[in-house]
Amino acid sequence: MNTNDVLLTMRDVRIDGFSDDRWHQIIKGVDITLKRGEILGLIGESGAGKSTLGLAAMGFARPGCKFTGGSIEFDGIDLLQLTNAELRNLHGSRIAYVAQSAAASFNPAHRLINQTIEATVSHGIADQTSAKQDAVQLYTDLQLPDPDTIGERYPHQVSGGQLQRVMTAMAMSSRPDLIIFDEPTTALDVTTQVEVLTAMRAIVEKYNTAAIYITHDLAVVAQMADSIKVLRYGETVEDAPTRDMMSDPKQAYTQSLWAVRSIEKSPQPQVDNILKISHVDASYGKSVKVLNDVNIKVPRGQTIAIVGESGSGKSTTARAITGLLPPLTGDIIFNGQTLPAALKNRTKSELQSIQMIYQMADTAMNPRHTVRDIIGRPLNFYLGLTGQAQDKKVMELLHLIELDESFLDRYPSELSGGQKQRICIARALAAEPELIICDEVTSALDQIVQEGILKLLLRLQEELGITYIFITHDIATVRAIADQVVVMFQGKVVEQGDKQEIFHPPYPAYTELLLSSVPEMDPDWLTQLQEKRAG
Amino acid sequence: MNTPTTPNGGYSAANEVTMVKARRTFVQNLWRTLKTAPPTAWFGMLVIFLYLFVAFFAPLLAPHDQAEVFPMAYAPWSDEFRLGTDALGRDVFSRLIYGARNTIGIAVATTFLAFLIGGSLGLMAAISRNWLDQVLSRFVDVLMAIPSLIFALMLLSIFGSSAFNLICIIAVLDATRVFRLTRAVALNVVVMDYVEAAKLRGEGLVWIMRREILPNIMPPLVAEFGLRFCFVFLTIAALSFLGLGIQPPTADWGSMVRENAGLIQFAEYDLTAALTPMIPAAAIALLTVAVNFVVDWFLHQTSGLRDEH
Repeated sequence: MNTNDVLLTMRDVRIDGFSDDRWHQIIKGVDITLKRGEILGLIGESGAGKSTLGLAAMGFARPGCKFTGGSIEFDGIDLLQLTNAELRNLHGSRIAYVAQSAAASFNPAHRLINQTIEATVSHGIADQTSAKQDAVQLYTDLQLPDPDTIGERYPHQVSGGQLQRVMTAMAMSSRPDLIIFDEPTTALDVTTQVEVLTAMRAIVEKYNTAAIYITHDLAVVAQMADSIKVLRYGETVEDAPTRDMMSDPKQAYTQSLWAVRSIEKSPQPQVDNILKISHVDASYGKSVKVLNDVNIKVPRGQTIAIVGESGSGKSTTARAITGLLPPLTGDIIFNGQTLPAALKNRTKSELQSIQMIYQMADTAMNPRHTVRDIIGRPLNFYLGLTGQAQDKKVMELLHLIELDESFLDRYPSELSGGQKQRICIARALAAEPELIICDEVTSALDQIVQEGILKLLLRLQEELGITYIFITHDIATVRAIADQVVVMFQGKVVEQGDKQEIFHPPYPAYTELLLSSVPEMDPDWLTQLQEKRAG
Repeated sequence: MNTPTTPNGGYSAANEVTMVKARRTFVQNLWRTLKTAPPTAWFGMLVIFLYLFVAFFAPLLAPHDQAEVFPMAYAPWSDEFRLGTDALGRDVFSRLIYGARNTIGIAVATTFLAFLIGGSLGLMAAISRNWLDQVLSRFVDVLMAIPSLIFALMLLSIFGSSAFNLICIIAVLDATRVFRLTRAVALNVVVMDYVEAAKLRGEGLVWIMRREILPNIMPPLVAEFGLRFCFVFLTIAALSFLGLGIQPPTADWGSMVRENAGLIQFAEYDLTAALTPMIPAAAIALLTVAVNFVVDWFLHQTSGLRDEH
């Protein structure tokens, strides 16, 4: 096959979306040229139009969106001129799509193998038997455990990373010329992400498939893509081969994607502990212990980061501290006093002094309340402020989080992701707490917004002396803002110590695995890691 | 759209791109919504408005009192008795007008009570998710297992059929449905982080119910209110038809159908006589259809389903 064949040409593509009674430009004239077997990385923050553009490469516009200009040519076929039936014929046979959330994309009532081969069989590319044999071959290629039998399982019987690989197998089963990967590893843990990335890269290389890889993580795309296109507000910011882009980003915006990795925090002096978790066990229901003899000390006025993959008990630790999940045994000692285990036994001032900020700012704010209501309620509830005094304090808090009065009467749906998280921070601050638990507060945000939030949190700590417990799986964030680090694995604390100590060898085995799985801004990182782990 | 930068080029959170909906007054909003309403919804609203008008101004609109007895029973349609008189010599047209007031009034009161009981218990069950939820839910299951019309008939014959008893009994029986719906939709909201945040803040049950959850489940509840009203209305009419609903001399459409049902057999001699029992029946049907039209439109509006452009 001639690798210089151009497979996909998109010229000056324009797409409009309908919202709030008007048409808005979502994609404002983007060009893409993709050769056979080439992988293009599309990168940008949320709302940049990455997914819309990815779907456009399939000749598809979401409901509420329409093509308003440009041309999309796939292997000589003008996709915009095709009827729906013709497009459907192309999808699932020559163009395939891998979505972000595999769990939401599988039908829970059917076995994996039947879903893997469904499109291939219905398009008449292969018959049932040979398609199944082929699926097993793909499972093997994707390094799934027990490739012969894993297809007989149901979606809930495999892990998230495995499901994502099965979905890739589903996309590959018709040997398409083009695959669109839409943030396929965003929902996965770093340790799982590495396996999925390796498997995906190997299989598209093996079958010489062209791919468009959509993500907001530059380090991930650097491992996968031959060239990278940076999108912002529906326009191309920068366009370059991966190595050139990594070593010499031209635009200021592209450079800002490295932002979080550039924050540094200097070591803090030793102080007394504001919170001590001693010998805490906890479980949901009566069955499995989610926390097993957890001991953590939190120094006053500093930031302690709890890291680990999902299911390691990070969030459960937070729930135990707040009293949402009373521990079975063990004590939570706050300012020298043992806190009552259950939420309902705690006093108002105990509740006031520990506040929480959530990962998803969207669901942490009532969509029917305005910003004024959201920040005003703790002021009224804890401090008894009403009317003008309350409004004045809300305004002060808005300024503290770098927003202004124009936000007072907005609803959460009228805020950007970063602004939402800022309002959540203001709500926590309104209670004038001593300790704030931040549960993955930046993981749903784009790099540049993350940087803003982290800087804000650091500034607030300096000004107000608040202690943070920072739960995260993102090691770059930990490096940026933590003083102390706790590594958790399967409900146990693997180690706790100063950041410098934890991030320098020798590591316990799990810490080593976790740290080495964090993608680095080096196109060769994944290859080297594979070699290292194999050797 | 602007970019999140300040004039001097730095990053600014306040300038991040967001879409702020235009602020409109309630009247402007209402008008905008009404303009897009389909003809069926307009028809429904018009009918409901007419019924309410008649119910409110019944004493002014009706030529006679609902209980006034005239010497001539089964009088034919005439200028004085527009729709004739019934077996006791009461003016059917006046009773039809008063019937709107009585039947709709009792149905609305019953529906409100059903929502008050079912809604608050449903919310409590959804929030607590403990033994209270189990007790309430199983009790509701038991109530729902018994055919409601027969159960209502039984209770009414035990407690006697006064308007108050009627309202209470139907409200309790219909509250079971409201309970189920409220609990189901509230369960989706209860798991949201903002409810957890409110619990962490130390908020009480009533505040969480009223301020955090209720505003987010209003659309399905409002739609259910319309449908439930229809069912209550039909139940009352059915009970009245069976003689255990609204008691004479209070006029009511269900009992009017029963009282005049015998007239249908005279259709071959006098068509208007046969129509007399049909008119209150048609009034019941028309209101039910009208309410359903409006509910359908409302559900379409709030479901978030958009017409494809």
